Amino acid sequence: MPLELFTVGEPIADTKAPTDVPIGERWSERKFRGRLVNPANRRKLTVIVVGTGLAGGSAAATLGEAGYNVKSFWYQDSPRRAHSVAAQGGINAAKNYRNDGDSVHRLFYDTVKGGDFRSRENNVHRLAEVSVNIIDQCVAQGVPFAREYGGLLDNRSFGGTQVSRTFYARGQTGQQLLYGAYQALERQIAASSVEQHARTEMLDLIVVDGRARGIVARDLVSGEISTHFADAVVIASGGYGNVFYLSTNAKGSNTTAIWRAHKRGAYFANPCYTQIHPTCIPVKGDYQSKLTLMSESLRNDGRVWVPKERGDDRDPRDIPESDRDYYLERLYPSFGNLVPRDIASRQAKNVCDEGRGVGPGGLGVYLDFAEAIERLGRPAVEAKYGNLFDMYAQITGEDPYAVPMRIYPAVHYTMGGLWVDYDLQSTIPGMFVIGEANFSDHGANRLGASALMQGLADGYFVLPSTISSYLADGPFEKVDESHPAAVEALTGVQEQVQKLLSINGNRTPASFHREVGQLMWDLCGMERTDEGLRKAIDRIQEIRQEFWSNLKVTGDWHSFNQTLEHAGRVADFIELAELMCIDALHRRESCGGHFRAESQTPEGEALRDDENFAYVAAWEWTPAGQPPVLHREDLEYEYVHLAQRSYK
Amino acid sequence: MTATHEGAMRSSVGNPAAEKRGMNLTLRIWRQQGPTTKGKMVTYKITDISPDMSFLEMLDVLNEQLIMQGDDPVAFDHDCREGICGMCGVMINGQAHGPQQTTTCQLHMRSFADGDTIDIEPWRATAFPIIKDLAVDRRAFDRIIQAGGYISVPTGTAPEAHATPVPKADSDAAFDAATCIGCGACVAACPNASSMLFTAAKVTHLGLLPQGQPERNDRVVNMVAQQDREGFGGCTNIGECSASCPKGISMETISRLNHDLLGALRAGARPKS
Repeated sequence: MPLELFTVGEPIADTKAPTDVPIGERWSERKFRGRLVNPANRRKLTVIVVGTGLAGGSAAATLGEAGYNVKSFWYQDSPRRAHSVAAQGGINAAKNYRNDGDSVHRLFYDTVKGGDFRSRENNVHRLAEVSVNIIDQCVAQGVPFAREYGGLLDNRSFGGTQVSRTFYARGQTGQQLLYGAYQALERQIAASSVEQHARTEMLDLIVVDGRARGIVARDLVSGEISTHFADAVVIASGGYGNVFYLSTNAKGSNTTAIWRAHKRGAYFANPCYTQIHPTCIPVKGDYQSKLTLMSESLRNDGRVWVPKERGDDRDPRDIPESDRDYYLERLYPSFGNLVPRDIASRQAKNVCDEGRGVGPGGLGVYLDFAEAIERLGRPAVEAKYGNLFDMYAQITGEDPYAVPMRIYPAVHYTMGGLWVDYDLQSTIPGMFVIGEANFSDHGANRLGASALMQGLADGYFVLPSTISSYLADGPFEKVDESHPAAVEALTGVQEQVQKLLSINGNRTPASFHREVGQLMWDLCGMERTDEGLRKAIDRIQEIRQEFWSNLKVTGDWHSFNQTLEHAGRVADFIELAELMCIDALHRRESCGGHFRAESQTPEGEALRDDENFAYVAAWEWTPAGQPPVLHREDLEYEYVHLAQRSYK
Repeated sequence: MTATHEGAMRSSVGNPAAEKRGMNLTLRIWRQQGPTTKGKMVTYKITDISPDMSFLEMLDVLNEQLIMQGDDPVAFDHDCREGICGMCGVMINGQAHGPQQTTTCQLHMRSFADGDTIDIEPWRATAFPIIKDLAVDRRAFDRIIQAGGYISVPTGTAPEAHATPVPKADSDAAFDAATCIGCGACVAACPNASSMLFTAAKVTHLGLLPQGQPERNDRVVNMVAQQDREGFGGCTNIGECSASCPKGISMETISRLNHDLLGALRAGARPKS
């Protein structure tokens, strides 16, 4: 690794988890040792929350209920539209309602293993503990989870586990959970404990005397750029999967809030850990604007296969069993079609690389429900997956009840994110990061139905407890828009916006976004190599230069200007893309969703290098022209034995 | 496909020559600079549109062309593009979300024919002021939820989830009502611009569950009072709302709202002023 791409700084450590007590007592102990804020003093403290998905919405509502003054920001018209709304399959919880041997410890173990031993034991154990409270909270809010005829909650199984611990609301679990949080948030808005800032985008973090004290935000309707102040800032702006342009994220999902906080000093951890979801509707044309996920829950009943012979272009219904390769069942007899996402995706890529893929361009595999329909009957399959089948039919114009679905992997989730300690506090005191925006719980691969669990764990239960330890030192000295740090941040944002508008070149923001996204998919996607990543880094630097000299944005900044919004986000994606490639290049091992072709077992599975890479890579931003600085946080495994993952 | 950048072609796409022939269309789009300025329909020609494109992807193509010509692209709201966030929604040839009962983002160009003229307008309702072009302000919906569309259960106070079994039929019916995405098509489709289906969906969802009972009476009177305050029209049971609802929210929810409202008023519940 040449030195010029990065330098190595001091190691970093989480000092907040009380490791002097056994793991099962650490969360209780942390809460006990943490400091509290008297209810009468809470109303003197203000917290900014950016984002209203499961993490941000639940955090803002809970902090409002507790009596803090909350200022909530989101870029859509309503907080109900945050992209958590699109999560389909379910939410995990260690309730053991199925009496199938589940427990907090098993959920903890499955999640650490599923993350390919690259997550923190303390955080994951806490997640598993809190999971049971989430279900109670959501049921009480009126979330209409699926139920059995006896009136009790139903469960299903998901990838990477052998128990049924996933709670679900048909194929719209995220929507229903989000509406629970949204309704709690609207209740607090009505009670005036939460101040709302709809259609407003965070464009910078204001740091005063080393503490996060506010944000610079642009009102997307009036165009006004203004400063907002608080005693603490919580970022819950979601993941950065749209760096690939095509992903299952919403069009507006972006990295701007976390990237600009990173440039203010927050370390960015494991940016190369991205999840490519195995079951998405394949790409159809170069006009394509997004990819649509088909929930992983479909793999409970659908069987994945390709023809045994390459070039077999018969109608799938005419291909006899003997000519089909149910490759997941063949390769992984004990987990079968329910192997974790990273494995299912890479095997789909492998069979397509062998020329056995199906559909346009040979980039697809079948997900076949014929056997399930025969076994369960069509009504039962409809009841379980009806909305997903309808969605598939709507997008492809094909009937999945009659013809097998065609699926292909697509970028879905980012396990990396801003570095946080056990309290979910970033390296900037007073700035907390929750949900997908942080890196904390999923290691190198997230298991299905764990994102909703983490978002709500962070927002309802973890952050509201841990933030009080920080706020107990407040209220901090008053800051307003005349403070030099606020003036500097505001001016910087105004200058950047004006610069974007003044280039007047020949390419739209979308064209740059597509180009950098394609590059990342090809060279920093499902399989990464030393050579490819170096090529990507060179190319990204060229794209960045061209962006700042040949961009075209119409209109002005004093009005509703969606092209300008997009341009600002693409500028940040381009910078992040480079850091992702540097991180992927430096991690010369395969783990979870990060597959380096140079590091694989004889069977082609991800081969970890625990001796050299059992650490979190936390990157520090440096000004232009200087390489980023790597800070390592060593990962220690006291309770889970480090082992090669096996789902055979 | 003249607007896409050559260098950005996806290698993962099949042979473009094998694609079906593109369509040529005439678009008539409502352009309005801001809430107080006068708007008008403007005509655009667009060529070589693939039938597999979504409606919004077709608008993307138009906007890329407009930007390259130095013109102001058409403002329209959208986000998830998978039919669940409720952010998108325009009138297409006079129908909310167009000719199919789905969201605008899930409408595909195969629903149109080569040579068609397509009229594209924003939702029209006093309670949904226009922001720009096709984007409107639907925050009135959030204020209806604020008036009572929730169950008051502060974080951490919930009992064990299995403490209260819920009959599956009730739970399923509550779920059906809870699938409303708040897109506003019901208001746009209603000749009275009534928000009754939106409000009724939430009243039904929470009213069917045991957890929603304590606030049931107050909820319905306050939510109905709020929709009146927002300037939505009255419901005259026309049914355009349900027919245009991408989630198929049933008119039965409105019957249930009226039933609950009557019961609540008879029980003495009155809206907060």
